[in-house]
Amino acid sequence: MSNVLIVCEVKNAEPKKSTLELLSKGKEIAGALGGSLSAVAIGSGLGGFADKVAPYGAAKVYVADGAAEYSTEGFTKIIADAVAKDGAGVVLFSAGSQGKDLAPRLAARLEAAFATDCVDIGVDGGKVTVKRPVFAGKAFAHIAMEGSPAVVGLRPNSFPVAEPAGGTAETVALPADFGDVKAKVVEVVAGESSRPDLTEAERIVSGGRAMKEAANFKILEELADVIGATVGASRAAVDSGYAPQSRQVGQTGKTVNPVLYMAFGISGAIQHLAGMRTSKVIVAVNKDPEAPIFQKADYGIVADLFEVVPKMTEEFKKLLAEG
Amino acid sequence: MHIVVLCKQVPDTESRIKLNADGTGFDMEGIKWILNPYDEYAVEEALKIKEAGKAEKVTVMGLGPDRIVEALRTALAMGADAAVHVKTGEDTGDTSSVAKALADAVKAQDAGLVLAGCRAIDDDMFAVPCMVAEYLGVGQAHVVSKLEVDGGKAKAWRDIDGGAKQVIEMALPGVVTATKGLNEPRYASLPGIMKAKRKPVEVVEPAAGGAKAKLVKCSLPAERAAGRVFEGVESVPEVVRLLREEAKVI
Repeated sequence: MSNVLIVCEVKNAEPKKSTLELLSKGKEIAGALGGSLSAVAIGSGLGGFADKVAPYGAAKVYVADGAAEYSTEGFTKIIADAVAKDGAGVVLFSAGSQGKDLAPRLAARLEAAFATDCVDIGVDGGKVTVKRPVFAGKAFAHIAMEGSPAVVGLRPNSFPVAEPAGGTAETVALPADFGDVKAKVVEVVAGESSRPDLTEAERIVSGGRAMKEAANFKILEELADVIGATVGASRAAVDSGYAPQSRQVGQTGKTVNPVLYMAFGISGAIQHLAGMRTSKVIVAVNKDPEAPIFQKADYGIVADLFEVVPKMTEEFKKLLAEG
Repeated sequence: MHIVVLCKQVPDTESRIKLNADGTGFDMEGIKWILNPYDEYAVEEALKIKEAGKAEKVTVMGLGPDRIVEALRTALAMGADAAVHVKTGEDTGDTSSVAKALADAVKAQDAGLVLAGCRAIDDDMFAVPCMVAEYLGVGQAHVVSKLEVDGGKAKAWRDIDGGAKQVIEMALPGVVTATKGLNEPRYASLPGIMKAKRKPVEVVEPAAGGAKAKLVKCSLPAERAAGRVFEGVESVPEVVRLLREEAKVI
């Protein structure tokens, strides 16, 4: 028997979608291990937070209310406290930018078994096993978590969110006390985009070298606005200065996992494919019918992207207006 | 100040990955090994800090079998002063024991700053440097694209979601992990390569610890079936319709 503890990510006092994914999968794992599902949330304005996660199966929610900013060490301390109180044998994180910072730190503190960016998790003979992409998605490693607790990060968008049900959760208040902190966040500089991060985006429109200049990304922004997508770029586009580094998709950029990935003017170098190959549906638009991206695309269009993008924006607008 | 840079040897990004005969590991025969590209940013940053007169020595440290010394030589050729080889067998998927062995080796170095790539392009765990920070009991700034080091303190700009940055102030010693954008790594010069051959490589053998996670199986992803390719801009309405009705993603 082993309890499962979910580490919530909170935005404007609401659980992020990735947190609901964790709860949905976590409930299944807790069931297989014969334990209960709990959650821990750190932030501010969290009164009533338990009611927001209870419908997804959390029976107990540890809440540290009053933490104004993020702190690796502070959050680690509070989560370690929750793990101890809960007696959790499995701790689940979302492997976004916060989870990547926090989960290994917690694993080291707890002397835990660790794996992150997992696209599958299961229980085999009472032991947690995970599947995670390695070599930029060219292969998978299947890892058995021998130690306890097991700290596991799940790749965003890899698990469906269950239908919310009834149910209530007990709130356990934890002090929002970071303790002695050696690294402190003193400022947060806003990004250029209010859209979801590439790693968590459900839809992505990406531009390559064929975008020709930075200003031309405007047409991708317009398309992205219509379908609620985040804008990405190939390494060639980033290196040419057409897009900022934070938008790069690929082996030396972000690994993405959207339901829809649209590649405009991207030839499909192996390093780019590595970063987006798990996308559910891939659309490629390229003037060159021989571009390798067409071998990976579900739908390809051989045409000039500067003609296709505005036409697509217009067609999506029409379609979405129909409801 | 002494800077230690954690370096990993990884397969080149062009490598074709094959499984071994029984699917319990990878067949690394014929792989071209390189210094992890993210570690190059870390080495470059260490050298820049030293060149600015804020550090006296840069030591590069890597863990693995004998082949990894080649990656350490690459870092030495860029300009690092010395190397430490933490000698182990091949990776078995246990990140914790790797981090622990490196942390123990770092402790022997009296480092004021530990730099590392934010991720290794083979297993992409983004984890070892953060675990090292915890084992050392120091602060961390993970995925950093700008760094200022001054008088026992560091200020780091950490990349978070959507191009946003967290600015972190940290008392040193501490761990900082580098990402693209931090700097442009230099190429090793020919004299640098010659000199690197004579630079010291200390070998340390870590105490064996129990593995907490174990690689049990490897697999390859299913090839994506080739889809449909349409000609010309006039196919756009059809593709848009298919995205809704067939793929159901809009």
